[in-house]
Amino acid sequence: MKLLVPVKRVVDYNVKVRVKADNTGVETANVKMSMNPFDEIAVEEAVRLKEKGVATEIIVVSAGPAAAAEQIRTALAMGADRGILVEHDGILEPIAVAKILKAIIAKESPDLVIMGKQAIDDDMNATGQMLAALLGWPQGTFASKVEIADGHATVTREVDGGLETVRITLPAVVTADLRLNEPRYASLPNIMKARKKTIDNVKPADLGVDVTPRLTVLRVEEPGKRQAGAKVASVQELVAKLRNEAKVI
Amino acid sequence: MAVLLLADHDGKIVSQPTRSAVAASARLGEVHVLMVGEGAAAAAPAAAALPGVSKVLLAEDASLAHRLAEPLAALLVHLAPSYDHLIAPASAAGKNVMPRVAALLDVQPISDVSGVVDADTFVRPIYAGNALATVKSSDAKKVMTIRAASFDPVAATGGSAAIEAIGAAVDPGQSTFVGAEVSKSERPELTAAKIVVSGGRAMGSSENFHLIEKVADMLGAAVGASRAAVDAGYAPNDHQVGQTGKIVAPDLYIAIGISGAIQHLAGMKDSKIIVAINKDEEAPIFQVADYGLVADLFKVLPELEAELGKPV
Repeated sequence: MKLLVPVKRVVDYNVKVRVKADNTGVETANVKMSMNPFDEIAVEEAVRLKEKGVATEIIVVSAGPAAAAEQIRTALAMGADRGILVEHDGILEPIAVAKILKAIIAKESPDLVIMGKQAIDDDMNATGQMLAALLGWPQGTFASKVEIADGHATVTREVDGGLETVRITLPAVVTADLRLNEPRYASLPNIMKARKKTIDNVKPADLGVDVTPRLTVLRVEEPGKRQAGAKVASVQELVAKLRNEAKVI
Repeated sequence: MAVLLLADHDGKIVSQPTRSAVAASARLGEVHVLMVGEGAAAAAPAAAALPGVSKVLLAEDASLAHRLAEPLAALLVHLAPSYDHLIAPASAAGKNVMPRVAALLDVQPISDVSGVVDADTFVRPIYAGNALATVKSSDAKKVMTIRAASFDPVAATGGSAAIEAIGAAVDPGQSTFVGAEVSKSERPELTAAKIVVSGGRAMGSSENFHLIEKVADMLGAAVGASRAAVDAGYAPNDHQVGQTGKIVAPDLYIAIGISGAIQHLAGMKDSKIIVAINKDEEAPIFQVADYGLVADLFKVLPELEAELGKPV
């Protein structure tokens, strides 16, 4: 079984982002970049499926700037087999990425796509669902458990108020939620090995995909800041203030 | 043209986030509410009673009972020609299906809308709410999910819309519902509660987490947790408040043993009053708290229980 795992290069989750002074976006120059954390979970799940003998090959795809090769390399060091970089500078909306991935899938014919449920930069939570729709495949989103058997995936999903399990036919798209697994750190020998793995380079135009954004960003601004309030000395004072001053209890 | 709003309901009432989405939708045009899933017929009168709703579409087909993304997206796409805006609350169900609908309509969805500027222009948080982007869509139709915490919900009663039964679209037959484990709780739902009491990693164990529940019950509050507490297994994942969990904006949010990581603040910083209880006075949570108490939570929680138990 062949797996395809899309990964995104994003501002590292530990970085406190700053809005640019001209309100056109957030500052991404000289900021630490990493693989989107949910995509790491997706890579880990794919590698575990390969270790269990369920999967035979893992292809990692990233759409983004040339530097996104670093994130593909990270996935290769975790255990993926080869990479494809779809190089594009500038904004790639989920609809463009979904179309890019659809074109790659037409060539690679994977049985299952595993990807992060959401990228922590634009927080759209859309690309996986959109890819499934464009392919006419079923989707198992926000997965906390995935089992593959008899041409189906049984996916336990994180939903409001608990969990839900669905059984979907393969090929399918699964999006990873936080509790699916804990991603491994790549070992030094595996990092060395990953350097020898291939990364193919293509452009959206090679795939016949128009990536023109549909959304124009008019303005990006900082949310209103909260002011720190007062410290209270005791539980008694706290409860009294909540009752008499804030009147919330 | 009208707005089609996909409602969340429990077979009796329409969820509070749906009522917030009605408030957001009403700014764009006439609102038609789509009710699907188990119990939709029983809850349809509740949807019809929402002020601002002019029609309720009720689809009772068995293929839609569990609101699986594939048949539900097919139905929404089938209904789409009559609408300019297709909207759902940004709940797990809404986030699951709306991007699928958008792709089938060749539209870039707009997720988690926190402000409506005009029919094409919307505000949404990015980078865990550390920035707000105002975006203008060039797509003919807009497919969006609404951040409930950003819109005051419409009242639960007052309207009287007509209920119209509709059929399902063709089920692609690629997915089946196996089962659900929904946590049963007498407490209010996290995203609808007026008071939320949340615990962090400092709670130390799932047993200790019950201390939070006691205080929450005294206040009639929902129980929340930081991602760290969820990751450590102290609280179930559906308690998680933050960028990757629930977004809440109650009247009172009490953060106990929570340091205040960016990703947690993203989920609660729009609360009206924030209380932080933490023994580390440098904890970032104090920077957003209206009332801060620097103390050991294991000492504070019993005291809090006693104090709340006293007659006012």
